[in-house]
Amino acid sequence: MLEGLVALLPQVIFDGLLLGFVYAMIALGYTMVYGVLELINFAHSEIFMIGAVVGVEVFRYLGPAIPNGIVVLLLALLLGAIISGLMAMVVERLAYRPLRARGTTNRLVPLITAIGVSFVLQDVVRFIEGLWHNEFKLQMRVIPPLDGNFTFLTVFVQYKALILILVSLLMLFGLNYLVNRTKLGTAIRAVAQDMSTARLMGINPDVIISRTFLIGGALGGVAGVLFAVQYSTIDPYVGFFPGLKAFTAAVLGGIGNITGAMVGGLVLGQLETLSGTYLPTLTGGNFGTEYKDVIAFLILILLLLFRPQGLLGQVVKEKV
Amino acid sequence: MSLLELKNIHTYYGHIHALKGISLTVNEGEIVTLIGANGAGKSTTLRTISGMVKARSGEVLYQGKPIQRVSAEQIVAMGIGHVPEGRRIFPRLTVEENLEIGAYLLRDKKVVEERKQIGFQLFPRLYERRSQKGGTLSGGEQQMLAIARALMQDPKLLLMDEPSMGLAPVLVDFIFETIQSLNKSGKTILLVEQNARIALQIAHRGYVLQTGELTLSGPAAQLAATPEVQAAYLGGH
Repeated sequence: MLEGLVALLPQVIFDGLLLGFVYAMIALGYTMVYGVLELINFAHSEIFMIGAVVGVEVFRYLGPAIPNGIVVLLLALLLGAIISGLMAMVVERLAYRPLRARGTTNRLVPLITAIGVSFVLQDVVRFIEGLWHNEFKLQMRVIPPLDGNFTFLTVFVQYKALILILVSLLMLFGLNYLVNRTKLGTAIRAVAQDMSTARLMGINPDVIISRTFLIGGALGGVAGVLFAVQYSTIDPYVGFFPGLKAFTAAVLGGIGNITGAMVGGLVLGQLETLSGTYLPTLTGGNFGTEYKDVIAFLILILLLLFRPQGLLGQVVKEKV
Repeated sequence: MSLLELKNIHTYYGHIHALKGISLTVNEGEIVTLIGANGAGKSTTLRTISGMVKARSGEVLYQGKPIQRVSAEQIVAMGIGHVPEGRRIFPRLTVEENLEIGAYLLRDKKVVEERKQIGFQLFPRLYERRSQKGGTLSGGEQQMLAIARALMQDPKLLLMDEPSMGLAPVLVDFIFETIQSLNKSGKTILLVEQNARIALQIAHRGYVLQTGELTLSGPAAQLAATPEVQAAYLGGH
């Protein structure tokens, strides 16, 4: 039995890596907005979902017209990023900014607003898809060469999985560069650290916050498209679990920390896949795969008990 | 025409009437100091000028133009720099990034680089610490950084809020010498201080602020000689 489990391991780790990268990409959006506003933007799950829906629609309409799957995917990624990014900006403008302008200091108010926005977006998408296609459960139809695969040693690898990993790594490095090396990035960090002093530098915080939502939303949209390509079945509620787990990943990595979000996502992906695969065998079938989240989150709770600031988070100590 | 003129400014924080009809002028080339006790409204006056708080009534004229409804971001662009109370350095930006963000409105990278070098010449200490995070600097270094950061935009008028706060006497002297030399090189300065003695030494004129109202004003030397100021702010004799 043990031999079988070991033989399976490379595949399990690879699958966990994929799932981890999906969580990581979504976590980037959570962590960016949290870094600037200390707001947990629960609507980010739905921004991700919108990206997934855009992905399905692009493949539905352009797939038959353009024979090359890579080209269609690039178009889907571009469109997903644009639509999700703009949507995130609109949400910020309509739902969060008015609360800020009123000087709401209660942190629960924007949080509950975010949850409300989530529900609204889910049902708006359901409504649109219902009108458009008479159904809101969508099936992704990928086209060659995305559906290709090969076996590396014992690991079954799909081309689309490689693309997912590649794009997430690009996103991580790109975002790190943007935040740490560009003028916009410095302004984002300045607003995150001290919004009122940022204004004395000539920075309009509203503009910077809006761009933060645009960037975070675009990353969420890209994650959504790749998720749809990878896991195929999409509906307006598909953002909930990945979103919740990505949020957890962001906290695990140290919320507000970009690399932390990536690391947190990858750790969570591994925990989940490993426990999902091995739990049934190790417990003689008493605990099925459905307990994978219990195990994964149990480990998370333990980790956070000992490192409440997250894996890469810093305990904030500042001189006054 | 004065560079800056406040006409009957009333500012509120919620229900608190912080400024009750402040009128003052700052002429080009002057150092004007605003002295007064804690909570008198000194910082509020500066914050009203830089647009961080809005006056409920009255006028703020900068180069003759009313700016009381202009946003803080735009006021910076018009040439008013603000070195805020408590320095307010961005703690997790490096010294160099703090300076660069001070030049946020400048597009020309060459100019930004030149201004950075000017800042480093003014405070060589900052050059030594350029890659260090702002939050790790000492109080004196943070004050230097706050001044250098405000200078990045090459303001005409510099509002300075308690630059001596929490600093060792040697550093206080150094900072005030710097303020004087900035003034000689053409900056107009409105200086808020609790340390009235040193403020009145370098200022041309001064105002005394008491619970939101100006009670005295005049040339600095004359002000320092009045019994009220002597008793209340200079420790008496």
